[in-house]
Amino acid sequence: MAKIPIQFTVNGEPREMMVEPAWTLLRTLRDELLLTGTKEGCSNGNCGACTVLVEGRSVNSCLVLAPEADGLEVTTVEGIARNGKLSHVQEAFVQEGGLQCGFCTPGFIISATALLRRNPNPTEEEIRLNLAGNLCRCTGYDKIIKAVMRASAAMASGGAPAT
Amino acid sequence: MVATRKPATGRPVNGKHNYKVIGTRPIRHDGLDKVTGRAIYGADIKLPGLAHGAVLRSPHAHAIIKKVDTSRAEKLAGVYAVITGADMPKADNREVDLGEGAANLKWASNNVMADDKVNYRGQPVAAVAAVDQNTALQALGLIKVDYEVLPAVRDVREAMAKGAPVILSGLVGDDLGKKVKNTNMARHFRHEFGNLDEGFKKSKLVVEHEYELATVHQGYIEPHNATAQWTADNRVTVWTSTQGAFAARRQIAGILRLDDSRVKVIPLEIGGGFGGKIPVYGEPVAAVLSRKCARPVKLLMDRKAVFESTGPTPGGTVKVKIGVDAKGKMLAADADIRFESGGYPGSPVGAGAMCVFAAYNIPNTRIDGYDIVTNKPKSAAYRAPGSTHVAFATEGVVDEIAEKLGMDKIDFRMMNSAKEGTRRADGPIFPKIGHEECLAAAKNSPHWKSKLVKNGPNGKKRGRGIASGYWFNIGLKSVVTISVNTDGTAALVEGSTDIGGSRASIAMQAAEVLGIPAEDVRPVVVDTESIGYTDVTGGSRTCYATGYAAYNAAQSVVSILKERAAKLWDIKSNDVDFKDGVFFNKSDAELKLTFKQLAKKLDETGGPVSATGSVDLSAAGGGYGIHIADVEVDPETGKTDVLRYTAIQDVGRAIHPSYVEGQIQGGAVQGIGWALNEEYFMDQQGRMSNSSFLDYRMPTTLDLPMIETIVLEVPNPIHPFGVRGVGETPIAPPVATIANALYDAVGVRFRQAPMKPGRVMEALAGKK
Repeated sequence: MAKIPIQFTVNGEPREMMVEPAWTLLRTLRDELLLTGTKEGCSNGNCGACTVLVEGRSVNSCLVLAPEADGLEVTTVEGIARNGKLSHVQEAFVQEGGLQCGFCTPGFIISATALLRRNPNPTEEEIRLNLAGNLCRCTGYDKIIKAVMRASAAMASGGAPAT
Repeated sequence: MVATRKPATGRPVNGKHNYKVIGTRPIRHDGLDKVTGRAIYGADIKLPGLAHGAVLRSPHAHAIIKKVDTSRAEKLAGVYAVITGADMPKADNREVDLGEGAANLKWASNNVMADDKVNYRGQPVAAVAAVDQNTALQALGLIKVDYEVLPAVRDVREAMAKGAPVILSGLVGDDLGKKVKNTNMARHFRHEFGNLDEGFKKSKLVVEHEYELATVHQGYIEPHNATAQWTADNRVTVWTSTQGAFAARRQIAGILRLDDSRVKVIPLEIGGGFGGKIPVYGEPVAAVLSRKCARPVKLLMDRKAVFESTGPTPGGTVKVKIGVDAKGKMLAADADIRFESGGYPGSPVGAGAMCVFAAYNIPNTRIDGYDIVTNKPKSAAYRAPGSTHVAFATEGVVDEIAEKLGMDKIDFRMMNSAKEGTRRADGPIFPKIGHEECLAAAKNSPHWKSKLVKNGPNGKKRGRGIASGYWFNIGLKSVVTISVNTDGTAALVEGSTDIGGSRASIAMQAAEVLGIPAEDVRPVVVDTESIGYTDVTGGSRTCYATGYAAYNAAQSVVSILKERAAKLWDIKSNDVDFKDGVFFNKSDAELKLTFKQLAKKLDETGGPVSATGSVDLSAAGGGYGIHIADVEVDPETGKTDVLRYTAIQDVGRAIHPSYVEGQIQGGAVQGIGWALNEEYFMDQQGRMSNSSFLDYRMPTTLDLPMIETIVLEVPNPIHPFGVRGVGETPIAPPVATIANALYDAVGVRFRQAPMKPGRVMEALAGKK
């Protein structure tokens, strides 16, 4: 299949590349840009392991075609920590034990980041609603919810906003 | 990160001890990599010249393969190799031990690539390696397979029915020691003790029911993956996400007819397994493709294939009959447990039989277990395999007896509880166990003491249920090597793949012995050529057995360091003692060195210090859990919501309390999904109709309350820190707990899982 050019920004860096029209954004990030932090769990938008930020909104990258990302700004889990410093969300996940196998974790970090940017002080119910598109089979979600609450509290207590 | 001991959030860790590291909550060593996306899982591996594979799977649940024509696929540009069952080495018809269960190599080979017959839909019949994934998928479409379709056998009842199609013509069933041919029953065994008839005759009340459970999947989010390279010297390297690199090596080598040492398995990070990543699937197939095209080959499974051809845990039936005297003392118990093994023998029915009456002291017992072949994917372990099934039955019957006797649910269980010295129905005598402690903690828990308002809003009905669960835990083989760095830290090398935080819990046990912070022990999980044989991460054995190996290795390090201190001080090494991280001269208190100070002096006292700990533990410490659930049923829709959930568990010793709580919460939630939603929907032809995460409905954040945990520490007497094992017990009680809560809510005893809305509606209609 003939490739077509796209230009987009990934984790703050401008990228120009040739993609096949049928490539998903997920495949492009993982196989072409070697950003393997974004995971593939189901390939049809049900598990949320492939969640990335597109223009600041959380999106299943397995349901986006690479050409659709042309001109847009994409952030993956690799772009959440800045200058080697974990974000509040990342820090809260490790402190709270909000992960076990870690496979769904990048998707949760992204979804939680998107939520806290929009709503820095969510209730438990709002957290549950906003993370319902991300499946975790290890934790029972308890410590994930608590991690998001912890990140929210850390932000409120004067830390820099979650990146 | 400084290890701090902070109180469990509302959950007492009540063992009394003076440990410095154990019981604290340091950040896991692999935490940073996992929140930043740096951790490398099986699907993330890239190799020069890598070919991409794809597997053609049977669309039929039961069929004879008459012919496979791969000629058109082979001619497609970009295709490097095509294989079928004919390309697989003819594996021996023998069993190999995998730690948690065994595998027959011929069947294991047929399971990863069928030869002349498919026994379930999704079974591989051919595979392709190509320049990229799309080419490989395109080539699959060019392979022509002629099938003679046979009627499908979908569950244990159909499989045992007269005139049922025989799935494995070569199978010789074992019926209580008698050989049987032309059967789907691979095995029927019995445990018998005391005088059952007498026990029931003396009973004043006997309750008997049959329970049925649907097939469910482990549901790990990471699909299976395998990358293999077969090199000209007849050596195979495999990169994969597995629960056990050595178990994978043994299966791969067995299927490929190679010596174990010719296969090197490099375990990458693993995205969940719960027992389902003990068997190999794509690994030997990728290896055979690699041999044929002389390139490394990567095979990634898609979600549909994960559902249709891996796992699951068996559906089946469990019949339980229990008799009690007028005071409520259990006198006799009988169980009949029938599990589907899937397309090849080997369900966890043996484990179910070990667990079915393990919570109680019953003098007269009989347990019959049946392993039954059906046209479903070959079953695999799933977290306390078999225990959830049997707890559903036993705890349902127990609940009903307590009610009929007018006894308190917990008092009745306490009165009959197993304890140290009780004989488990299949033979072993219990050492110190914590079932009574769990019951007492349940009775004393805020949840149990709270009042439940039985009527919810809009006519919804509420109820509370309680149930016990048990898992025996296993020991087996582990090796750990510890090397001291001259900066006062230690490197720990282990063979246990880390599925949920075990690097931390193993490192913490070593750190405790060495008297240094957890962060100063750097754990690494290595390949099969870099550490001694280590059994799977399964059976709740890792923290227990690999922790024990780490303890032994650390003790050896300490004794070598004592010699080094003795050398420095020019005294005998038995004059050196070690306490709280400080080496000191027993007869001169002035002479002392911390671990860190002494580590700096390694080079001047004889060079590097390394030690290996190796264990092969035949016994473990069984774990009990009691769960309490409050549910709310909507009589308009039949939907059940879990309002509150508490899990109480004796873990022996909570090395890292956060990860212990996490295991308990995760197990409980898998069990809640099993109770309320999850099942394989099979059509008449034996095809799964819900093989996606949308239709196979696992619990999401919106389906659950917070899971409260009460962690008890009744130390396991045969582990240096008292560890029992944690991970599996919590999935044993939930299905029974929810069923008992539903009864309390709507007055119907559910004996089929899942207790889905339709089933609840039918039951409510039947009641009216």
